[in-house]
Amino acid sequence: MMTDELQNEDTITKIVVISSDSILPADAAMRVYESETSITIKETCFGTMVTGPQDVVERVVEELRSLDRNHIFVKERGFSPGDERRCRASRGGGPRPGFHFLREEVNMLPMIGSALDAYDAHVPLEKKGGRTEKLGISTLMNIIESEL
Amino acid sequence: MSKVFIYPTNSLILSDLVERFGHNPLAIMSKIREKITTIGVDSPPLNITPKEPEMGLKYAAVEVPAGVRGRMALVGPLIDDAEAAIIVRDATIAFGCMGCARTNELTKFLVRKKDIPILEVEYPDSDEDGQEFVYRIADFLKSLPTGADTQ
Repeated sequence: MMTDELQNEDTITKIVVISSDSILPADAAMRVYESETSITIKETCFGTMVTGPQDVVERVVEELRSLDRNHIFVKERGFSPGDERRCRASRGGGPRPGFHFLREEVNMLPMIGSALDAYDAHVPLEKKGGRTEKLGISTLMNIIESEL
Repeated sequence: MSKVFIYPTNSLILSDLVERFGHNPLAIMSKIREKITTIGVDSPPLNITPKEPEMGLKYAAVEVPAGVRGRMALVGPLIDDAEAAIIVRDATIAFGCMGCARTNELTKFLVRKKDIPILEVEYPDSDEDGQEFVYRIADFLKSLPTGADTQ
């Protein structure tokens, strides 16, 4: 995977995370296979990674996004797929650096997707009473003392 | 199109939203790509050389740990380029893979010190919060100048 072509400065990698009820990562991968030959893709548990020349990758990613606009999320990735400095295969297994962060955010994507749907539909924002505040130190001390 | 700095600097959600609403996200991933694809560097595997802590001196004093200054060599230029910023407060997951609470503090301090539009939000933990999170970011991004305005 680590070819000279992938090391080219013009070559970029984008992570496409799919959080859709209607599109599967395999569907997205098939769409990419159909559309372009000059890029490399890797299917992952959360979507796909697309590597190739910048303009082609951007075009393909836009096409993928259009499959389910508000439920497909994209970000750039510094390393190309299979890069030995990040790939689990060459690092003895375990999550790759950066995976935990991605997983945390992937858990929030259904919320973000439905909020984007609402925004597009011009649903007014429901005002609420504000976030639940953290427990203050003095309150905590009072609780501890009252237990005694 | 404005250059929007995002914090956490590798956030998928922020990077996607900024791009979705027609701006350019300033994220750490592009800096990492630059770093690992530049030819002629001599310190594998990540090409972080003693030069980085030196470059970090622009953003942090010499007695600050080299790890902070090395990270600032990547994050600092992004802050310099920023025309707007979105900060997620209390992002506990920003400590971990990004690895350094002090760098995170310094990053947010430098952004806040800069005279640019800043939006501060918190990661959502319910659908209502999610709606507020997206609406605030979308409204903020729509308020920024786009390329069409400047031409």
